[in-house]
Amino acid sequence: MRSAWLLLLAVALAAHADDRRSGRETMSPALRTLQADDAQHPAQLALALGREQWAAGARSCASCHGEPEKLRGAATRYPAWDQGIVDLPGRIQRCRVKHQQQPAWAPEAEPLLALSALVAQQSRGLPLRPPLGPELDQAAARGQRIYTTRIGALNLSCAQCHDERAGLRLGGSLIPQGHVDDYPVYRLEWQSLGSLQRRLRGCASGVRAKVWDWDSAELLALQTYLARRSAGLTMQPPGVRP
Amino acid sequence: MRRREFVIAASAFALLPEAKASDAAMRTAIRAWAGREPEAGVLKIEIAELVENGNAVPVRVAASEPVAALALFTPLNPEPDVVQVAFGAASAKPEFSTRMRLARSQRIVAVARAADGRCWQAGVDVIVTLAACVEP
Amino acid sequence: MATRAVITLPTAIKAGQAFEVRATVAHAMETGYRSSDEGVRLPRDLVRRFECRLDGELVFAADLFAAISANPYLAFWLRADKPGELSFIWRGDNGFEHRETRPLTVA
Repeated sequence: MRSAWLLLLAVALAAHADDRRSGRETMSPALRTLQADDAQHPAQLALALGREQWAAGARSCASCHGEPEKLRGAATRYPAWDQGIVDLPGRIQRCRVKHQQQPAWAPEAEPLLALSALVAQQSRGLPLRPPLGPELDQAAARGQRIYTTRIGALNLSCAQCHDERAGLRLGGSLIPQGHVDDYPVYRLEWQSLGSLQRRLRGCASGVRAKVWDWDSAELLALQTYLARRSAGLTMQPPGVRP
Repeated sequence: MRRREFVIAASAFALLPEAKASDAAMRTAIRAWAGREPEAGVLKIEIAELVENGNAVPVRVAASEPVAALALFTPLNPEPDVVQVAFGAASAKPEFSTRMRLARSQRIVAVARAADGRCWQAGVDVIVTLAACVEP
Repeated sequence: MATRAVITLPTAIKAGQAFEVRATVAHAMETGYRSSDEGVRLPRDLVRRFECRLDGELVFAADLFAAISANPYLAFWLRADKPGELSFIWRGDNGFEHRETRPLTVA
């Protein structure tokens, strides 16, 4: 009976003609392999560090959460509302400060990225399911406005590249649709793992716009919109991107 | 249809004016490592033809004969050497994989050296492009 | 202690059959050609040598140069008939040295 329902759902979804494609699909086979093969994945070291960090200290993550595997599904439900909009790294920071009584890490700190990668990895294969609610809905609307507003000296909006011109080429590379299914990603350009906020700040500087501050209302609103835009896509974090 | 070549330096290798990248430098390095001018053959290089980012390019080099050592060279990186590996008795296959940096589109060359001194080489063309949106 | 290397090999090997070893060490492999955001040249800092030994005997060695990517990754094939110990060592500039060992179990 359940399989019949699933089949119906699959047919219904297919009939809706979902044109959305993960950034994985615009990459070369070599890079797709790098992401799919755990033994070669460039974020291996970060994941190993994440496991260590998870179990470290008297009030370790493990002391409350148990094994990382227990958090399967958690990463699909971000950004969330909890006295403010919070993304996954932000949630980890809050735990660190409030429950572990440790000072917050700097943005993109190695152990923070490692834990984000570890927690996100537990939701591999699950669809993105960002939560709803009045504050989040408001943030998503604001995020959509930001997404469609031209910014910077290059006077470009996100939509112009990632909605209108996705699939076309810019300087020999395929423009991706800009989905947020695989964060944090090991970006070859960075030669390291990085968060979605880092990527978005990079986009802003790429079009010569004023770069939003870490954890700013604008960035969090944009992330809230982007998660909804990618809702239902299968997550495969941590990702690899050129 | 002819493919246009985009030649752009990857961020790890912003070419400096004094870098002596050249085919001649590579040939010198190959002769120094091999001990002689290698013949063509025996080697296979697996690498993507079109690379989206030159910072980390997966590459595999395999020899069809048992060899003592393998090496990789580039003509147009700032320096010609990439990696040189040597196999011991418990080695099961004369091959290795790694991830290399490519500063620009070029023809990379693999060289093999057998225990008796015989040497072989093979080359493959790789085109390197840049990610679409580059942070300054 | 922070994880500084990841090594992948089969949990148990078949005697006499080839198996693949994959080893990555955390290292920026700074080429010496990059500048920081302030325009200061970042000095060269590389891993130069990797060695793998089976019960003390050298089975695979690599000399690395600036053209190897950050967090240098190497994969190679070995064959063994009996259980033993694999040891790995990376050495590089500024006194860099990192060692790992892994047991080799035969199924």
